[in-house]
Amino acid sequence: MSTPASFLTEEMRQQALGLESAPVTMEVEKGHILRFAEAIGDTNPQYCDEAAARKTGSGGIVAPPTFLRSVRGVNLELPFELSFSRRLDGGSDWEYFQPVRAGDRITAVARIAELSERNGRLGLMVFMTTVTTYTNQFDETVATQTNTLIAY
Amino acid sequence: MAEQVFWEDVTEGMELPSLVKEPTTRQLVQYAGASGDFYEIHYDKDFAIGNKLDGPILHGALKSAFLGQLVTDWIGQQGILKRLQCQYRGMDAPGNAITARGSVTRKYEEDGQRMVDCSIWLENAEGQNTTPGYATVILPSRGG
Repeated sequence: MSTPASFLTEEMRQQALGLESAPVTMEVEKGHILRFAEAIGDTNPQYCDEAAARKTGSGGIVAPPTFLRSVRGVNLELPFELSFSRRLDGGSDWEYFQPVRAGDRITAVARIAELSERNGRLGLMVFMTTVTTYTNQFDETVATQTNTLIAY
Repeated sequence: MAEQVFWEDVTEGMELPSLVKEPTTRQLVQYAGASGDFYEIHYDKDFAIGNKLDGPILHGALKSAFLGQLVTDWIGQQGILKRLQCQYRGMDAPGNAITARGSVTRKYEEDGQRMVDCSIWLENAEGQNTTPGYATVILPSRGG
C-alpha cells in the first residue's frame, strides 16, 4: 500500500478543531474499580479495602488515577473520513481536581484540540489531540485527560 | 505500604522507589476487559503483525497506569496526585519486564500547598526509556 504525501487540508483542520463528543455517563462501581486495580497489578488498599480506605483522607474506596480510561463510547465524529486503518496511542496528560469515588456518576465529554500530520517510521501519520473532561454528579470537574491519537 | 513521605523529607534530585512490572499477554487481556479497550494489537499476534508491529504491545494507558502507581505508592495515602503525563515513545511487549522510575525535579509552595514535581519514566530491559513523563503531587507537611 502506497502512502500519500499529505492527508490533512487546512479546511479539514478548521472543521475538526473544537468539535465535541456527545456526553457519556458511567456509574463508578466498586467491583469495576477492583477489577481495574487487579488488571494494572496495583494492590493499594484505597482501591480494594473499604475499611482501610475509610481511614484515609478520601473516606472510602477511590479509583486509580487512570481508571477513567474505562469510560468507553466517548466518540468524536469527524466531518471527514480519517482514512487510516491503524491506530496508536501517543500519550496522555491527566490533571486531577477531585477524587473519583465508588458510587460516583461520571460524565465524559471529549473535544478536538489539535490536528496535525507528519511523516515517520510508520509512513504518513495523523496526530489528533483530544481533551476529555470528566464531571461528577455534583457538577465538579474531577479530571481532564489530554490524549494524542496517532492514525497511520 | 511504605511509610508516609512528608514534604520536608523531599530533596530535589532524590529518586522515587522504583517499581518493576512483568506484563504478560494474560495481563493485557485482563486490562482490555477492565478498561474496555479491546483493540486487537494488544493480544492478537497475527493482528499486531498485520499492523506493522512485531507482535502484541502494551496498551499505552496500562503504561501510564504503571507510572501512576509508581507515584501513588510513593506519595502514600496522604499525598495527592495532581498531574500525570507521559508519552508513549517506544513500544513495550508482554514478556519483557519494565521498571517504572522517577526523580524529584522541583520542590515548591504554591497557593499554600506543598508541591513536588517529578520526572517519571518506564525503562525496558535494555535500559531504554520507552515512556517519559512527569507528575505533580501535593505532599503533607510534618507541621500539619
